[in-house]
Amino acid sequence: MTVHSFQEHFDSLIDREISIEPKDWMPDDYRKTLIRQISQHAHSEIIGMLPEGNWITRAPSLRRKAVLLAKVQDEAGHGLYLYSAAETLGISRDEMYDQLHTGKAKYSSIFNYPTLTWADMGAIGWLVDGAAIMNQVPLCRTSYGPYARAMVRVCKEESFHQRQGFEIMLTLSKGSEVQRKMAQDALNRWWWPSLMMFGPPDAESPNTESSVRWRIKRFTNDELRQKFVDVTVEQAKVLGLEIPDKDLKWNEERGHYDFGKINWAEFYNVIKGNGPCNKQRLDARRKAWEDGKWVRDAAMAHAAKRKERSATKAA
Amino acid sequence: MTNDKLNKHEWPLWEVFIRSKAGLDHKHAGSLHAADAQMAIENARDVYTRRMEGVSIWVVESKNIHASDPGESASLYDPASDKIYRHPTFYDLPDEVKYM
Repeated sequence: MTVHSFQEHFDSLIDREISIEPKDWMPDDYRKTLIRQISQHAHSEIIGMLPEGNWITRAPSLRRKAVLLAKVQDEAGHGLYLYSAAETLGISRDEMYDQLHTGKAKYSSIFNYPTLTWADMGAIGWLVDGAAIMNQVPLCRTSYGPYARAMVRVCKEESFHQRQGFEIMLTLSKGSEVQRKMAQDALNRWWWPSLMMFGPPDAESPNTESSVRWRIKRFTNDELRQKFVDVTVEQAKVLGLEIPDKDLKWNEERGHYDFGKINWAEFYNVIKGNGPCNKQRLDARRKAWEDGKWVRDAAMAHAAKRKERSATKAA
Repeated sequence: MTNDKLNKHEWPLWEVFIRSKAGLDHKHAGSLHAADAQMAIENARDVYTRRMEGVSIWVVESKNIHASDPGESASLYDPASDKIYRHPTFYDLPDEVKYM
């Protein structure tokens, strides 16, 4: 087959909604886009453990601690599913780690904000995981098979994450005045960064068009953001908390909530590395990797020794 | 795309297969890195069965998996493509014959 007919075959698979699998021919840009998106997604899961890790030892009860620990373990697992999906495209795990540790690869900008109070564990589960789910559910049908299968797994596990966060918010909002204020403060701080999680507006999103054509993405950033706002505003009413947006208003004509302007300058600034915790997060990640080196080396040495021993025994 | 220098210390890659309950086949769940088979099984437990998804785990080092080439699918599967008589629906039975 010529490149042209390979391309035709690929396009016809995409058009017929047939999954692309690792050994199938694919255009270089499709491969590159997927490697970028899947590895960023994996990095986000791994870095995403850090803000919550901050509260594991200080969770207010044993139940909350067990739940938070399980959630953070899930995030490690999600990172691993995604890294191995990316590896099927020909990039190695160490290359991806290297890109993360050198700052070459990005991760979701939301994790560069600090977790100041226990209520932040509630707000993260409710809003950040809520936004993540909104993004991830359509990815279960994304065109690249290994990515779609990883996302099915992730989505199955993620729904408890959002519920446990909402439960924390509900408990606080029904608690003392101080607790209610703590919940409101967390909502105030996490609301706008959560809206930014869907990425830049469609008009400024350089990758949206080709990603939609390749069926990597099923909905645009703005579509998903609107859906998130519509759903979450109703949930805030249940909590009796106020969304920190004076322009938020139901628009009868559109059948959606109108909402205020997002501070995109802040978003780009955080992505560039100037968020409140960028340095702290990357330092923690690099330290974990470097401190773990002797364990990785020792495990390899142990495996080699055991192999050798069983070879001598056999001889 | 792999870089030998970067991968020198990387643990080998393993494919993980899980039997979700007795009586069912092992099914491919995903892959992971581990120093040896025993560690691969332990890691597979933590990565792929946190919610009781399995009763048995197989791990195979990925380099030992051999796969067919999708580019040759047409010729590889050609022998079966014109044999619809291998399916029961190919045969016409009179209506009186109920269970066959």
